[in-house]
Amino acid sequence: MARIVGMLTTSHVPAIGGAIAKNLQQDAYWKPFFDGFLPVRKWLDEVKPDVAVVLYNDHGLNFFLDKMPTFSVGAAPEYHNADEGWGIPTLAPTRGDVDLSWHLINHLIERDFDITTCQEMLVDHAFTIPLKLFWPQSPCPIPAVPVCINTVQFPLPSAKRCYALGEAVGDAIRNWDSDKKVVVIGTGGLSHQLDGERAGFINKDFDLKFMDSMINDPKWATQFSIHELVEKTGTQGVELLMWLAARAAVPGTLKRVHTNYHIPISNTASGLMALATL
Amino acid sequence: MSATKLPPIPGTTPFDGEQAKKGYALNKMCFSFNSAECRAEFLRDEEAYMKKYSLNEEQAAGIRARDVLGLIRAGGNAYYLAKFAGILGLNMQDIGALQTGMTVEQFKAKLAAYA
Repeated sequence: MARIVGMLTTSHVPAIGGAIAKNLQQDAYWKPFFDGFLPVRKWLDEVKPDVAVVLYNDHGLNFFLDKMPTFSVGAAPEYHNADEGWGIPTLAPTRGDVDLSWHLINHLIERDFDITTCQEMLVDHAFTIPLKLFWPQSPCPIPAVPVCINTVQFPLPSAKRCYALGEAVGDAIRNWDSDKKVVVIGTGGLSHQLDGERAGFINKDFDLKFMDSMINDPKWATQFSIHELVEKTGTQGVELLMWLAARAAVPGTLKRVHTNYHIPISNTASGLMALATL
Repeated sequence: MSATKLPPIPGTTPFDGEQAKKGYALNKMCFSFNSAECRAEFLRDEEAYMKKYSLNEEQAAGIRARDVLGLIRAGGNAYYLAKFAGILGLNMQDIGALQTGMTVEQFKAKLAAYA
């Protein structure tokens, strides 16, 4: 059976793509963010996962408001990035793993998650930038399967529901008849708000408590409603849902490989966690 | 319970069904800005492009005035509006400053002060 080697979570701000394209990793503004990835890459070099499952949220590249699935799973042989309209470079396609996709789809439906399946799926910065941060090579050296959670149009799935989705994803991977090593990735957050008079809102206390809970009390944030999460973390801070789902996929006590928290990247409190299975 | 019963969060408009209905035409136009051809077509004739997407007067006025808060009131969603901002060459700090009545430097300082 397949084995999960650990979980990675990171922010996915589009501006990171611009900084990579301009080679600004050692620039004073960006260095505290990019340096966080060095120990994580070292760990990835050691554990060598064969495939990644990436929990992310689309920002209006693949999905529009005409059809907005709450949860969707990619089932494509290859995932293409495309022009998102805000001027960041389009990254190379990422290989999929169709066998794992259909295994996930079958298992999730069996577990009562009425997901949408996508044999074609454009992936935006929330999928491509984290892969680029963890594996700077182009294209990404390992295949990946995207699992998308709606955070565009309310009502959003609750934190509790996203946690349950993550648990089912984790169980599916561990039941996959394969000798592959899998890493689970959750992207987004941490606290930030782009829109309205409250634009620029950040909540460091909450973020640090949340990051601590990812290690010591993974279900902690499931106590909050979406409304409470928006209030505490900003309209886009709710992207911590993807972190919760990733953590739920890799339950129990995990070893802290590395964590980083830095304010600000663009309008965002950026967070990074790498936790390894014991 | 419906989302409208929840206590409002100051300066925050959750993009719920009400907003999604109200802003559909505006957001659909902004979604089209994923395409370079559509961005160029908009820039060639903004009025014709807005008409093509059937924007209402409130939405068209918000686009003409580059009024982000007005566009949110008219049903605009942050992610689609960001594609409009991209056409104008504005980044998220510029947009933040516009919405909070600060200069871009003040807005950046506000963000940095959270560290």
